[in-house]
Amino acid sequence: MSETTTPAAVGAPAIASKSAAAIDRAKAAGRKALIAYLPAGFPDRQTAIDAAIAVARNGADIIEIGIPYSDPVMDGPVIQAATTQALANGFRVADVFDIVAAVTAETDAAVLVMTYWNPVLRMGVDEFSRRLAEAGGAGLITPDLIPDEAAEWFAASDKYGLDRVFLVAPSSTPERVAMTVQATRGFVYAVSIMGVTGARSSVSSAAEAVVAAAHAAGAERACVGLGVSRPEHVREIAAYADGVIVGTALVAALRDGGVPAVGALAKELSGGFEPAAATPSSTGA
Amino acid sequence: MDDPAAAFLAGGRGPAEGSPEHSLRHAPGPYFGSYGGRWMPESLIAALEELEETFEKAKIDPEFLAEVAELNKNYSGRPSLLTEAKRFSEHAGGARVFLKREDLNHTGSHKINNVLGQALLAKRMGKTRIIAETGAGQHGVASATAAALLGLECVVYMGAEDCRRQALNVARMQLLGATVVPVTNGSQTLKDAINDALRDWVANVETTHYVLGTVSGAHPFPAMVRFFHEVIGEEARGQILDQVGRLPDALCACIGGGSNAIGLFHSFLDDPSVKIYGFEAGGDGVNTGRHAATITLGRPGVLHGARSYLMQDEDGQTIESHSISAGLDYPGVGPEHAYLADIGRVTYEPITDVEAMDAFKLLSQTEGIIPAIESAHALAGAIKVGQRLTAEAAALKGATPSDTVIIVNLSGRGDKDVETAAEWFGMLDEDGHVRGTTLSTRHAKGAARSAGADENAEDATHE
Repeated sequence: MSETTTPAAVGAPAIASKSAAAIDRAKAAGRKALIAYLPAGFPDRQTAIDAAIAVARNGADIIEIGIPYSDPVMDGPVIQAATTQALANGFRVADVFDIVAAVTAETDAAVLVMTYWNPVLRMGVDEFSRRLAEAGGAGLITPDLIPDEAAEWFAASDKYGLDRVFLVAPSSTPERVAMTVQATRGFVYAVSIMGVTGARSSVSSAAEAVVAAAHAAGAERACVGLGVSRPEHVREIAAYADGVIVGTALVAALRDGGVPAVGALAKELSGGFEPAAATPSSTGA
Repeated sequence: MDDPAAAFLAGGRGPAEGSPEHSLRHAPGPYFGSYGGRWMPESLIAALEELEETFEKAKIDPEFLAEVAELNKNYSGRPSLLTEAKRFSEHAGGARVFLKREDLNHTGSHKINNVLGQALLAKRMGKTRIIAETGAGQHGVASATAAALLGLECVVYMGAEDCRRQALNVARMQLLGATVVPVTNGSQTLKDAINDALRDWVANVETTHYVLGTVSGAHPFPAMVRFFHEVIGEEARGQILDQVGRLPDALCACIGGGSNAIGLFHSFLDDPSVKIYGFEAGGDGVNTGRHAATITLGRPGVLHGARSYLMQDEDGQTIESHSISAGLDYPGVGPEHAYLADIGRVTYEPITDVEAMDAFKLLSQTEGIIPAIESAHALAGAIKVGQRLTAEAAALKGATPSDTVIIVNLSGRGDKDVETAAEWFGMLDEDGHVRGTTLSTRHAKGAARSAGADENAEDATHE
């Protein structure tokens, strides 16, 4: 692996990050950011758009739109089932730009796309980035692209002013945390646990250490994802991180109760930023 | 990075004989030209780095190499034979065809070479559990075997469709003490088994080593798996020099991920007189869309950690592959093969199910060797290559057919494929039994008998 140099060299014009701005707005309002994942095309194109809008109107500061992919190695059964259904229903990668545009037009949320890398490579990294920027997207979260392999993405994200959210994990060495923090724009995605996506009854204590390592390496914003499903998780993570990422619980709510349910869960989860007494005790997922 | 290849193709060996820059051998990774790399979740990078470090130390550690050599010799039964297939050769234009008998290794295929090496590395890293994916079941059986030998826990992920068509190997793995997890996601074949193995690995990486079964995946797997299979080509080179007195004119091997092939090819990569052929699974035919001819028809992309040729649609979604051979039914291919294809050092061609099964039957009936259906693809390729090369040699040099020498990697034996073959060749009755096997009027051994000895006729109706 070659050493990665950060392309945003000293003296280059700073690129405004839409997701950083969203996190900072939440902070200014005295809370942390709620970041919500939903897959594009699930259960169908229009419902996915309606669900993302409902989530944004119920407290989510950043929306992650996932691109359904044939080989989602980082996803657990709930998201696998949802994205498999979206693909079976005829989801096409270019549909994601329409969804991003619709959610951006209807809400104040920053909209990131979360994608495995091959669909981006296939379209062409520059072409994908151009269309994402045109649609108003904030940038990309790349679960299977590490900065070591991201030269093309560095160039395109700088050219089109897009955020590049890389992941750090409990297993990341201090050297890799530092390198990844350097490569990131927007926020660092702190993986809470060694595992795939899925709701868990508690959030691993490893998450706090990952966030601390990212902050120590100079990350201004680090948000925690994987396993978060309840308002009490949100409260716990808000104590040390800059944002909380929820995926599987929202996908399950959308699957079981449609747009109203996913909106209600977002509202309940964002209640986790309030003092404990104000939060309903029921679980969302 | 393309310089050595360019020099090679130009016929020049460059100024520094033996310098690694001027050889196609021992490519260390992570990149093979523009292929390879580490397209993997960050969570697994630390484990890949640990593995890389452990492997790099081990491969120059005499103690480790002696351990591998000892197991190869006294456990696997290496060196494997190089058998001249004289009657089969008549069907390959009369070229002399030699079979590298990886089918004679313990567990019945080349897979054991890699698995023993990786299991020893797992022990060195202090891991107590290994996981593996398997297609035909040969890699899973080899992994279960190594785990039993070295006292490791073993879990094997296998597509549910592959479990069905390779049921014998599922039972073998279970008898060896491994847990077999049938994978019902996606196409229910090898690629989906790899997906589930990766999900297991990311969650259990502290205790678990992922014994990837082919020269695919993230660095260091392609270079490491090749290293453990290089013994195939090293032996074959010595054996052909002994038996024929010169290097072969051609090598033939089947390609799924490409591990048996790279193992044979590696020793000959720097010998320009040796033509090298890899045979992919052409399934129903490459124009039908139902095949696994990744290099022939795929385009570069990333899957399972490496950039390589990939069967993918316009959106970058992986296309399901199709082959009668579970071991070749994979929509990707090892990155070193992608590189060797691009620079023209190795020629990759598809072989259809029909061609492979014809060769399967031919070898069985001309040589008394039942090959794995995977290996039958290499045999079918050797028939074509033999016919082609002997005709060329006759036209150009007036050579006799037997002047052409071909080595085929017989990567595995066909016991596991007997049911598939019986079905293919119409040997089954409507109940799925081999014809002629249900006529016995005697009691099955061990079956409870009610009384008396005169019930045979009556019992026959129970069959």
